[in-house]
Amino acid sequence: MSDIVIKAENLGKKYTIGHKAENGRYVTLRDVLMQNARSLWHKTKDLAQGRPIIQGDTLEEVWALKDVSFEIQRGEVVGIIGRNGAGKSTLLKILSRIAEPSAGRVTIKGRVASMLEVGTGFHPELTGRENIYLNGAILGMTRQEIKRKYDEIVAFAEVEKYLDTPVKRYSSGMYVRLAFAVAAHLEPEILLVDEVLAVGDAQFQKKCLGKMGDVAQEGRTVLFVSHNMGAIQRLCKRCIVMGQGSVALDGEVSHAVGHYLESKNTNYQSSWLEVEQAPGNEVVRLRSIRFVGRDGTTCSQFDMRNPIILEINFQVLEAAQLAISVQFISGLDTYIMTSMNNYIEGPWGCQPPYSIGSYRSSCYIPGDLLNEGLLSINLWIYSPPLAPSQSPHVRLLEAVSITIIDSMDPGGARGTFPYEWGLGPAVRPRLRWTTEQVTK
Amino acid sequence: MNHQSISTPVPERVLILEPGRTEKNYWADLWRYRELFLILAWRDISVRYKQTIIGVVWAILKPFLTMVVFTVVFGRVAKLPSDGNAPYALMVFAAMLPWTLFSNALTESSDSLIGNANLISKVYFPRLIMPTATVITSFIDFLISLVILVGLMIYYRFAPGWNTLFLPLFILLALLASLGPGLWITALNVKYRDFRYVIPFIVQFGLYVSPVGFSSNVIPAKWRLFYSLNPLVGIIDGFRWCILGGETGIYRPGFALSLIIIIFFLWLGISRFRKMEKTFADLI
Repeated sequence: MSDIVIKAENLGKKYTIGHKAENGRYVTLRDVLMQNARSLWHKTKDLAQGRPIIQGDTLEEVWALKDVSFEIQRGEVVGIIGRNGAGKSTLLKILSRIAEPSAGRVTIKGRVASMLEVGTGFHPELTGRENIYLNGAILGMTRQEIKRKYDEIVAFAEVEKYLDTPVKRYSSGMYVRLAFAVAAHLEPEILLVDEVLAVGDAQFQKKCLGKMGDVAQEGRTVLFVSHNMGAIQRLCKRCIVMGQGSVALDGEVSHAVGHYLESKNTNYQSSWLEVEQAPGNEVVRLRSIRFVGRDGTTCSQFDMRNPIILEINFQVLEAAQLAISVQFISGLDTYIMTSMNNYIEGPWGCQPPYSIGSYRSSCYIPGDLLNEGLLSINLWIYSPPLAPSQSPHVRLLEAVSITIIDSMDPGGARGTFPYEWGLGPAVRPRLRWTTEQVTK
Repeated sequence: MNHQSISTPVPERVLILEPGRTEKNYWADLWRYRELFLILAWRDISVRYKQTIIGVVWAILKPFLTMVVFTVVFGRVAKLPSDGNAPYALMVFAAMLPWTLFSNALTESSDSLIGNANLISKVYFPRLIMPTATVITSFIDFLISLVILVGLMIYYRFAPGWNTLFLPLFILLALLASLGPGLWITALNVKYRDFRYVIPFIVQFGLYVSPVGFSSNVIPAKWRLFYSLNPLVGIIDGFRWCILGGETGIYRPGFALSLIIIIFFLWLGISRFRKMEKTFADLI
């Protein structure tokens, strides 16, 4: 028998934003006066009717969510993925009653608790102990429940020694651990989780994932919003892909993740025509960044067996020592590796400076190195001897991304192996193997 | 309800979220969140008294110094009469207490939502809890000032009468009087951020309009009823009656009018607040 705990029917959420109307070629005092008078009139009207005042004279309605329908059974762990602005967080906000829907209807059976951000309501002046009670109450636990779970929470967070210290003196790691520990010990029938696993060190993240898995094992319903495809695949069986405010796909998790990765905007080249608008500062500005193949053409997809070149064009506006770091990130948000431009010779910080002018740096990525899937890069240009974070002239996350494909043709690391290799591993290098018969 | 789940004997709460749906069990929901209310009030208080010793001293010093100034200006310089045979300073302080309670509660409650914006945008709870819980903080300040009053009464060897028993009633009235406009302003404050600048004005203006520095007996009889349109008049008169003794008495029609105004503002505040409540998270 079906046991639906969340049922959303044609759910919609509308926001109204304002624009300034285009003023034509030049501005006249009369126009300005008229416009001000008009907007004053609008504002007075809004004020009188108790509507929010919105800047700008043309209003636009934006549907952050539109016609979203789904049903969730008791005990299901459902992942929600989608690009930024796809409506994931808005959906959770409606389900957790923070925001009211503008259309449609949701029926929820059972107690809902949401972890939209760990540490919500933590007060820096209060001690760890006090914050456990405060945060617990905010998340919807009763005093009795918190008392019962108190020791467990403290043990999970590993902060026994600091319970009577104000949390403002905690390290950020301790803070996050305590915050997650409280949230993890909630016992609602339905748990909404948004991106909390993006915090803490790797070991703690593992612990969090384990805890989430336990929660799912206990038969509670979990809705899990994340950009971490790995976590989604480990925890969920079913996954909803959101796109532009509606459900793009609702189905089995690996299928949904695949769909999402394919649809993810593969912005394989970026360039900036205007120097002032290009990423960077008065020292250096990025002019373009792109992936090209061996033949010099740019493309969104590359066969994994072929080498690829990452081409970075930048303009030095002020003589300076510069270094470029590139982080390679896989579609599953795995941080694969960092590479620096080949320029780093001699003692760190004593390199000859770049003189003013335009430069091109190319990074040669050999074939048979990266696994299939999405590859995106984060780019830093900075000045040695300082670290990238201390002197970032350019800091561009997900600057460009391409899809590396496995054509399934014989060759490469695959050889003639005919089956699916899987998206899990980030690299698929072709290693040297020897096999010889040692005895007969 | 839910007939399918035989394993859970307690029928589950079924929640329906729809645009513009008025909460049927609004007050029941508020009751369910009573623990959060207490804990938020406790948080505000403990943070306040943890952070700054100055804060505590200030809570005592401000009404006390204002009382001294008022006693000198109105009692000595303007030579206004006191209530009955009560010392002027005592009469002023008896009014200072409810006035400080009112103005603090109003100020704190109307800033409460903006000050807790991150909570509002991250967690659901009946929003009414927030401004109401902050009112409790001003009540603690009030209790501290009450100690000063006792000190003053000992100093002037002024014994209170049986009327003192009614004091809690007037304290409650002062809190309710501040909550009404407080709720309204806090809701407006979320929408129009510059609305907060109105509050210091109300507080400053109100101090002189209300009979804090002088007895309401100095108001000509024909204006008395009109004067009682200010709900603080009824409350302050009540406080003086409780603390200074029955001789002065309460001007009954005026008190009734003050009461009506308080109830009206409370109704207005709550209904405005409830109307805007659901959009807070979008606006904040």
